[in-house]
Amino acid sequence: MKKKISTHTTHIFIILSITFSIIFSRATPALAMHISEGILPMPWAIFWTLLAVPFLIRGLFEIKREKETLPSYLPLLGMIGAAVFVFSCLPIPVPIAGTCSHPAGTGLSVILLGFSPSVMVAAAALLIQALFLAHGGLTTFGANVFSMGIMGSVAGLAAFQLGKSMRLPLFWRAFIAGVAADLATYLATSVELGLALHGDQALGKVIATIFISFLPTQLPLCLLEGVLTAGAVVYIYKHRPVVLQKLQVV
Amino acid sequence: MNNNIRKKKVVFLLSVMIMVVISIFLIAAQPASFSWGAEWAGVDETVVEKYAEKYGRSAREPFINTDQGDLLLFVFCLAGTVGGFVMGYSFHKFFHEPEKEPSRPC
Repeated sequence: MKKKISTHTTHIFIILSITFSIIFSRATPALAMHISEGILPMPWAIFWTLLAVPFLIRGLFEIKREKETLPSYLPLLGMIGAAVFVFSCLPIPVPIAGTCSHPAGTGLSVILLGFSPSVMVAAAALLIQALFLAHGGLTTFGANVFSMGIMGSVAGLAAFQLGKSMRLPLFWRAFIAGVAADLATYLATSVELGLALHGDQALGKVIATIFISFLPTQLPLCLLEGVLTAGAVVYIYKHRPVVLQKLQVV
Repeated sequence: MNNNIRKKKVVFLLSVMIMVVISIFLIAAQPASFSWGAEWAGVDETVVEKYAEKYGRSAREPFINTDQGDLLLFVFCLAGTVGGFVMGYSFHKFFHEPEKEPSRPC
């Protein structure tokens, strides 16, 4: 039995490692939605960072608390954390738009881990990308955490709860959470850019222009993210329903 | 039973090897003029940086600039490998290892 499990693990290691190595080795820089280094003026960069800090501190405490109450929480955190990291730096080409972008993964993380840990996971992924992958930036770290971590998680959680109150099946609840988290991330990025850069132009118009420009690429991707989120949540529910019950997901 | 598992193992490893070889050939077979980045620019180039420049801001070099030659490809490849291992290891721990039960007194 033990041997079978270790063979199974080896297979999973091999498949995931080879797959991601091949996919990432085809990547080029700047294939994402993160706001790059230097784009936001310093006061805005500081503002978004200060706004993100309390959420990160709360996330750390909540992870510590959950880890002590539920032994399966740590492996779940590792699995979802790695998935968010991989999702958020994986460029996916959208043929109808001729551009690339990536899913956010926060819909999945907020459903399974909760709000504050989801922000923490997004922040960890964004920090690694900003430090080593020339992806996002350190001065724009707070703004990226706010859009992907905080707003993505808020929208994902709200959509999931809405689906729950409407008694939708688990698949569709997770699907709308994934879609909402993805779109909210890009809407928040548009607001951040609009607030910092609109100058003497109408703020609403600038935000709308930027958000509409994201849509041809992001609409197909948000549907893909919805399907991925729903598939993952349903898979976990089928194989470890007790964990989701303990986490009050179902 | 053992033979069956061994057969499955061999088939699996062979299919992984074939997948790797096909991927290498597909990557190597691309014409020299092919430029992934130019044809499939990211939305940070086509939207974020475009609008930032329109409103008078432009992106600057990251503080730790790994975008030098093939260094970035190496870092991305490393990130993919490490991310895959972490995901696979956590997957195994989550789905295949029974939860630790509190020790009972004899």
